[in-house]
Amino acid sequence: MEFFVISLLNGLSYGLLLFMLSSGLTLIFSMMGVLNFAHTSFYMLGAYFAYTISGAIGFWPALIVAPLLVGLLGALFERHCLRRVHKFGHVPELLVTFGLSYLILELVRLVWGNATVPYGLPEQLQGPLFTLYGTQFPKSRSFIMLLALLMLLSVWLLLTRTRIGLVIQAALTHPETVEALGHNVPRVFMMVFGGGAALAALAGVIGGNTYVTEPAMAGAVGSIVFVVVVVGGMGSLAGAFLASLVIGVLQTFAVAIDQSVATGLRAIGVTVTDQTFGHELLQLSIAQVAPILPYLLLVLILIFRPKGLLGKREG
Amino acid sequence: MATTSMAGSAAASRPRGRLHVWALFAVLLVLLPQVFRSSLALTMLSQMGYLAIICLSYNILLGQGGMLSFGHAVYTGLGAFVAVHAMNRATQGAIMLPVIAVPLVGGLAGMLFAALFGYVTTKKSGTTFAMITLGIGELVAAMSLMFPGFFGGEGGVTTNRVYGTPFLGLTFGSQMQVYYLIAAYCFISTGLMYAFTGTPLGRMLNAVRDNPERVEFIGYDTQWVRYIAFVIAGFFAGIGGGLAAINFEIVNASDSLSAVRSGGYLLFTFLGGATFFFGPIIGAVLLVLASVLLSEVTKAWLLYLGLVFLLMVMFAPGGIASLIMMNLRVARFGKLKGLLGWYLALALTGAVMFFGVAAMIEMIYHLQLEDAQGPLLHFMGIGLNAKSAASWLGALAVAAVGTALFEATRRRFARRWGDVQGEIEAAIHAREAAGA
Repeated sequence: MEFFVISLLNGLSYGLLLFMLSSGLTLIFSMMGVLNFAHTSFYMLGAYFAYTISGAIGFWPALIVAPLLVGLLGALFERHCLRRVHKFGHVPELLVTFGLSYLILELVRLVWGNATVPYGLPEQLQGPLFTLYGTQFPKSRSFIMLLALLMLLSVWLLLTRTRIGLVIQAALTHPETVEALGHNVPRVFMMVFGGGAALAALAGVIGGNTYVTEPAMAGAVGSIVFVVVVVGGMGSLAGAFLASLVIGVLQTFAVAIDQSVATGLRAIGVTVTDQTFGHELLQLSIAQVAPILPYLLLVLILIFRPKGLLGKREG
Repeated sequence: MATTSMAGSAAASRPRGRLHVWALFAVLLVLLPQVFRSSLALTMLSQMGYLAIICLSYNILLGQGGMLSFGHAVYTGLGAFVAVHAMNRATQGAIMLPVIAVPLVGGLAGMLFAALFGYVTTKKSGTTFAMITLGIGELVAAMSLMFPGFFGGEGGVTTNRVYGTPFLGLTFGSQMQVYYLIAAYCFISTGLMYAFTGTPLGRMLNAVRDNPERVEFIGYDTQWVRYIAFVIAGFFAGIGGGLAAINFEIVNASDSLSAVRSGGYLLFTFLGGATFFFGPIIGAVLLVLASVLLSEVTKAWLLYLGLVFLLMVMFAPGGIASLIMMNLRVARFGKLKGLLGWYLALALTGAVMFFGVAAMIEMIYHLQLEDAQGPLLHFMGIGLNAKSAASWLGALAVAAVGTALFEATRRRFARRWGDVQGEIEAAIHAREAAGA
């Protein structure tokens, strides 16, 4: 029970962090049709910016300033690079963000070095929030959960309850009409791209000190976030939420279970030795398989439900 | 993107010219190692040979099918692994397999895995396809660590290409013999892949790229066309992997199956030019030059590469091949002479800009990586002090002046270029009117 509750909480906090990343990606994708390959690079930039800024003015101001800076960079990139290749189609758009991810990685290595930077938690987030069955649950992970939920709420309110949100939603389906009504659709796109980058950076600010801040951090979550978006259904925010939680919980549970098919078979009385057919496969523990579970989920979803968990149409 | 088919039909109307190109290609493959005789050159040429096959196979997906794959290393890597194991089994005498046939084994393995994974990946096209290939790539890369028996864990799997009875006196002990094996495979594979672009399937693949809805209306299954093309690409990727295994006699999962490797194939195929058949060959040559020579010259080569790639996507999405072809077209209409002065101006202002920017980049790298050796560094024959304001201000000034001059020249050149293209269009129209 203790294992179950703690793993569930850890899984949920990791899943919510994934959602903070995938929400921005999904928003950008559903609006502009652009798969932002550099999305997790913005996440990494958020962490590194926060590391530097919090050294100067403290963590809490950095929580605001770093996402704003990264959002500004994202908007500039959209304005000067992405918009230029828009007319060539979706593949060049993807390629230009791919090039950006390459560049950001190299710049981060250049400025902050190849090793992990000591980006620590602020005092207020250190230590446990509560103790369950003798195991402590850290404040930092609770803070991730709180922030992700707040973000979900505010993005939802922004999209459905404000004027700009309605314009964004309208531009999603009928860009020409919205433009004819006198709204600057390219500027809306720029704001959405910048906003998505800022959301990713916000995830980086708190993800960077809860986990690690290193040049490999973008690649580590990058492909998982793409899996989340496909599994949830391309462009579906609710689907991304569901898929993030599923994958977060799945991975957290899997790394903690040291059982394999072989031990299962032994438990029901089958003898499994080195000579048994497929021994290498049978003796893999679930913890060992954990890194590939999201991708297996992706493959299964594509075979049995190609539009994704909550996707509306097949692309 | 329609230029591939255009180039194809233009070449088809001039079969003799095409024959000359192929003869030249063959002569180049034979003579290059005689001209560049150093062992470094031979190593690089060998790598270029099999990388050309891999990049061309990648372009079946990217250029001809419009499928942006982030997982091509899966098929080259798995092909290489199967080839290595086949060689080891043959050494033990368990199977009969001459070294010459090993790349084919790699190719069949690549094809098999492409047939397996392609079933999932080609269900979608466009952006979703890209994401799924990325996922499959990660899946295979992660799996390779779980099965050390087959993938050899961190150390990889080693082999020895000299085994069995010599075939026609060839033992493949020397790098020269390996090069000619690679060159032969390169020539045949390139020919086969070029032939593929002319088959009904190859044409259908272009149609699926350009207008999938219409293809479905005619009664073709777009998913099936993509699938078959994917399997064919997997076959040639596997051949490239098998040749790499023979060349290096070692395959390492963390390198040859990695996403970085897949990204490299994508990057250089695009730089070479995805819209023309021969573009990826240029890309393969650049890949070797960059990773062997450029990485020697500067530590910042990945940064330069990323910058060049970004600029290429933004300003010349057809890659180097399209730049060559556009200028050939201009030359054919006798207008290249008027542009040469512009090229010179662009090159000069661009060089000034590059000089300033590169000086700053090198100084930053120097501070970050070689701080212990003191602040002085040599950059293109000039001594710079990475900790003095003078060096920084100088570099900044050169960069700013260069950028301003380059941008001004570029804008005026773009206008002139547009005029020249307009004149060529007009000339074509006039010719067609006269012909009719």
